[in-house]
Amino acid sequence: MSDLLAARSQMAMSLGFHIVFAMLGIGLPLLMVIAEWRHLRTGDPVYLELAKRWAKGTTILFAVGAVSGTVLSLELGLLFPGFMKFAGAMIGMPFSLEGFAFFLEGIFLGVYLYGWKRISPRAHLGAGVLVALGGVMSGIFVVMANAWMNAPTGFAMRDGVPVDIDPLAALRSAAVLPQTLHMTLAAYASTGFGVAGIHAFMLLRNNGVHFHRLALGVALAMAVPAAVAQPLVGDFAARFVAQTQPMKLAALEGQFITERGAPLRIGGWPDMERAETRMALEIPGGLSWLAYRDADAEVRGLDQVPRADWPPVPVVHIAFQVMVALGFYMAFVALWAAWRAVRRRPIAEHRGLLWALVAAAPMGFIATEAGWVVTEVGRQPWVVQGVLRTADAVTPMPGLIVPFLGFTLLYVFLSVVVVYLLRRQVTASPASSEGDGHRTAATGARTSGGPTAHG
Amino acid sequence: MADLLTLPNVLAAAILVSLQAYVLFGGADFGAGMWDLLARGPRREFQRTLIAKAIGPIWEANHVWFVLAVVVLFSCFPPAFAMLTTELHVPLSLMLVGIVLRGTAFVFRSADERRDAVQRRWGLVFSLSSVFTPLLLGICAGAIASGAVARAAQMTGASFTGRFIVPWTSPFILGVGAFTLALFAFLAAVYLTVEAEGHEPLQEDFRRRALGAAVAVFACAAATLVLSRRYDPGMTHTLVNSPWAVPLQLLTGIAAVGAILALVTRRFRVARLAAGAQVSLIVWGWALDIFPSIIPGALTIMEAASPAGTLRATLIVLAVGAVILLPSLAYLFRIFKSRPSAFERLEDLSADV
Repeated sequence: MSDLLAARSQMAMSLGFHIVFAMLGIGLPLLMVIAEWRHLRTGDPVYLELAKRWAKGTTILFAVGAVSGTVLSLELGLLFPGFMKFAGAMIGMPFSLEGFAFFLEGIFLGVYLYGWKRISPRAHLGAGVLVALGGVMSGIFVVMANAWMNAPTGFAMRDGVPVDIDPLAALRSAAVLPQTLHMTLAAYASTGFGVAGIHAFMLLRNNGVHFHRLALGVALAMAVPAAVAQPLVGDFAARFVAQTQPMKLAALEGQFITERGAPLRIGGWPDMERAETRMALEIPGGLSWLAYRDADAEVRGLDQVPRADWPPVPVVHIAFQVMVALGFYMAFVALWAAWRAVRRRPIAEHRGLLWALVAAAPMGFIATEAGWVVTEVGRQPWVVQGVLRTADAVTPMPGLIVPFLGFTLLYVFLSVVVVYLLRRQVTASPASSEGDGHRTAATGARTSGGPTAHG
Repeated sequence: MADLLTLPNVLAAAILVSLQAYVLFGGADFGAGMWDLLARGPRREFQRTLIAKAIGPIWEANHVWFVLAVVVLFSCFPPAFAMLTTELHVPLSLMLVGIVLRGTAFVFRSADERRDAVQRRWGLVFSLSSVFTPLLLGICAGAIASGAVARAAQMTGASFTGRFIVPWTSPFILGVGAFTLALFAFLAAVYLTVEAEGHEPLQEDFRRRALGAAVAVFACAAATLVLSRRYDPGMTHTLVNSPWAVPLQLLTGIAAVGAILALVTRRFRVARLAAGAQVSLIVWGWALDIFPSIIPGALTIMEAASPAGTLRATLIVLAVGAVILLPSLAYLFRIFKSRPSAFERLEDLSADV
């Protein structure tokens, strides 16, 4: 493994890990707020229990996200100092704003957790809203920095150095709107379906549990609109890629030659040697229409750039197929659930739909990871599209495989721990492990054993 | 004075304020982890419970101060950031490992209610990484101040160990690492005396630990001074010669003596204030020592600065952020003020995570 590949792999692994927690950190606070709001409206204590449960989940994820985010802030420089030296002055702005959004989220998460009995219910709900807002803003700011890498703007190149720098450039990159919309919806859909799937599974084992029915309802209220809107926003994002990063589009569609009336290829294997995509289901003129709304439009293929500048086409193409397929499945399940809800039939009583929801639980996360593979691998060999090559940005330190393997092990370990903890938090029915009464009794016993026994 | 208040200097000061906050809040968290490791005596488990109660997982958010310093550094001084992350790749990576392990162990310990052998093993991970991380943080600070980073940057032809290991393992730099460790332990022990309010024996435990740590801080400072005279004459030179060196050293000394006197006379809240002042002054002393460089021997603050537009925009964001965040933080602390000490909270079962 070359040092460049090791550095890219470590970055990909760290981001791939962080993104899961970041998405849950955006989605869970919204669930928490919806549940608390329903509690205030209906007085149903189960909603309160849900809000507290999700607040605990948010806290765990917030801590893990804070840690993995700290790692990332330094890792950008540890692995790609050339990139930070080049781009720091231009992408610093969204990162600074992200810092404050994260801070806001942290402060009001503190208010939320410690304020249950100390502030009014409305102020408490308001704190929850600010936690949810801080989470989603953090995500949007970070994606902005990535948007700038895909569509860099706000500077001129002179002798290989950026000059006339506009510090707000990253906020104005044309890629900001499609990318942030796509990612925010992904966070809500993934978290929503993730939580819905867990409760659907519990309902399949015992469909009478009120707790799981309400949890499923709240989760779907968030997931359904996001999943239905996502294919439309995805189309918007893809048309933007067609205009600004035609080679990324060519890679993700497996389009090797420039042609009019390019077909849409579903599946298939892009053969880099023969420069053609084999075994794909082709819809004539489909790609030209999707990219330019004209079935005869010319689509530029990879033949436009030297072979050495091609991204790894099979990886990008397959990742794109996976993302789109999972996205359509989630949109389908969302419409199915919405249809039952419109006809006022309880979702919890349709076993087929519950199984479909269980299947959808991991899909948002897989689709999001695949989507990031498309956008990051598809941009290669560039780290800043058309301006700075990844190979020129990597650190001169040799032996990068060692930190790559080290951090991979560390993150695998951390994932196991977090999954274990969340499983305890999210799945357990209130009666089985920690209704408030149980926990109080257990903690009380422990503390009274502390000071009195020894002191 | 006017030429001190340049835009780059103001932003460098902002980085320092952020680092100062990280040391004051995050440093104490690390120190508390060390006391978890060193818990001794009849109240051993009780000490650990108090530490666990005093810092909840929400305080992993303290890393935000570190991230803020990093972000302002790479937006406003990109070449300095690139040089630091390149030459200090190994200690910085190890520090990140420590931060991750500590966060994991901590979240696990506080989210899991059972008390058994598994818990103890997590406790060990938690406390060992609490020792490991500040040591490396101090090493990085020492490597910057001593000019080791600048020297490493010139060794482009050197072997891996020659460029990426040897420069930051000099006795002086390791001395700064040990000093940082002692300082964080001192800070945490002082804070914990206040957290233990309402339970005298426990308060005495941490009082004794704070006084012991104060001795360790002095010992490390003296050792580091001797080592720096021997291995890095340039540094002691500036320490004596810069116009603010003497008053600053004097103030630091007064704060340190004040903290110890307050501990001896059991004025724990005064001790907390004095210890905080002492640590802050040390952070500022470190910075003024390397000023006007950002990486001594390689880059000055001026040389490393981004274009004025970026600096101005960052400063505006910092100001607007402060206007929004400071009242929010005050609100959080007001809710906390009605909060009892960690000891009393052992009985309070309502809200804490």
